[in-house]
Amino acid sequence: MSAALSAQEISRALTRISHEILEKNGGSSNLTLLGIPTRGAHLASRIATIINSIDSCDVPVGTLDITLHRDDLRMRPPRALMPTLIPQAGIDGRDVILIDDVLFSGRTIRAALDALGEIGRPKSVQLAILVDRGHRELPIRADFVGKNIPTARTQNVKVNLSETDGEDEVVVSEGESK
Amino acid sequence: MRHLLSISDLSKDDAVLILDTAIEMARASDGPMKKLPTLRGRTIVNLFAEDSTRTRISFEAAAKRLSADVINFGAKGSSLSKGESLKDTALTLQAMGADAVIIRHSASGAPVRLADSAWMSGSVINAGDGTHEHPSQALLDAFTIRKHCAKGGGDLAGLRIGIVGDVLHSRVARSNVLLLALLGAHVTLIAPPTLLPFGVENWPVDISYDFDSVLPSLDAVMMLRVQQERMSDLFFPNAREYSRYFGLNRDRMLMMKPNSIVMHPGPMNRGLEITADVADSARSVIVEQVSNGVSVRMAILYLLLAGAPSEIGANT
Repeated sequence: MSAALSAQEISRALTRISHEILEKNGGSSNLTLLGIPTRGAHLASRIATIINSIDSCDVPVGTLDITLHRDDLRMRPPRALMPTLIPQAGIDGRDVILIDDVLFSGRTIRAALDALGEIGRPKSVQLAILVDRGHRELPIRADFVGKNIPTARTQNVKVNLSETDGEDEVVVSEGESK
Repeated sequence: MRHLLSISDLSKDDAVLILDTAIEMARASDGPMKKLPTLRGRTIVNLFAEDSTRTRISFEAAAKRLSADVINFGAKGSSLSKGESLKDTALTLQAMGADAVIIRHSASGAPVRLADSAWMSGSVINAGDGTHEHPSQALLDAFTIRKHCAKGGGDLAGLRIGIVGDVLHSRVARSNVLLLALLGAHVTLIAPPTLLPFGVENWPVDISYDFDSVLPSLDAVMMLRVQQERMSDLFFPNAREYSRYFGLNRDRMLMMKPNSIVMHPGPMNRGLEITADVADSARSVIVEQVSNGVSVRMAILYLLLAGAPSEIGANT
């Protein structure tokens, strides 16, 4: 077990991602941030705070629970649902930034794209991710990456955030892959 | 757990999980994501051997919002009216590949018989059996009470709830007593002695024969329908006397606590157990109970059918 990212590195990565989002989209005026619960939602609100302070704006932030859109529902026991909170203005015509903690198979993001399609028609959808650990099973890539961490399939990558886990840290451990 | 047959099969955690899931389902229904792909390709049969408006439509709406295929079939217009047995009906449903059967039956225990038999492999959901139980109604009532009255936290601790009227014939009352007690609420049954079931003194409830003395302390008043179709004896002298002692009218409503609510599982006998002005008043959440019913039933279907082996009931 080793810390792949420290608290300070996570904070730097989020600051850089925030700048990259602003650079690529030419400002914050058309942005809507959607975090995928649980940890993606916390990352989204952190990135929103950083963007707001850089651009002195108030960027809309929401959460998007994709559980009901998953393709592996039948393979595990049903899980509790998390809140989906779409900002008042909706997502039609917006540049939507999806935010999650770890990008692995890409199936979560596929489900999120399906869910977005039910809600509206964004101008564009971009993906920001704290850790890209490889092993994609679908043609999906991230636009903004905190850190690429090469892993074996059998390893576990765990993102700890102070909101849910007491401290900020990314840990790679050996173990049975789920 | 594969089936939802009785509230007594649920642990407190199971019940809270269903109610929490229903909150998210309600949010999904209110928002732009009305149709969810979760149960696509699953077949759900509504087997209603007894009449129903709300429960049947509500289960159908819930299943359709989760993209399941729904087959409705009632006693009238099917071979049930020709005397086909429950077993043969179940074998037919199995042969057609039903993933779940939602059953309402006039015989208490019919859903348990269906679930325990080897007649079919799908889930069985009890939508009201005789005078036994009606678990999905109790869950939607608890959901409604939690939304309006709960003092924070997942359960209903500290709330006082009155269930008034024909408890003897009411499966809604039986399920509600079990569930509300499980969630920590304090339940008082208010009814004439003739309309209380045998053995009621062993239930986790208080019993009162005097509506007016209990009413001012209640957070929610649940009025029950007087089930005349199940009454072969004389249980009270006449309807006017029943209304005077156990009906909810405007004068009684004025005695209620501020922010307390009036509930009724429907269908109502307006003028008998509840007057029209109370049923249509601001305190009445009777119509809202119906829309909450769809969210709660979506949660039940999701938790029973969406996953591999279900986790509700696993720890009981």
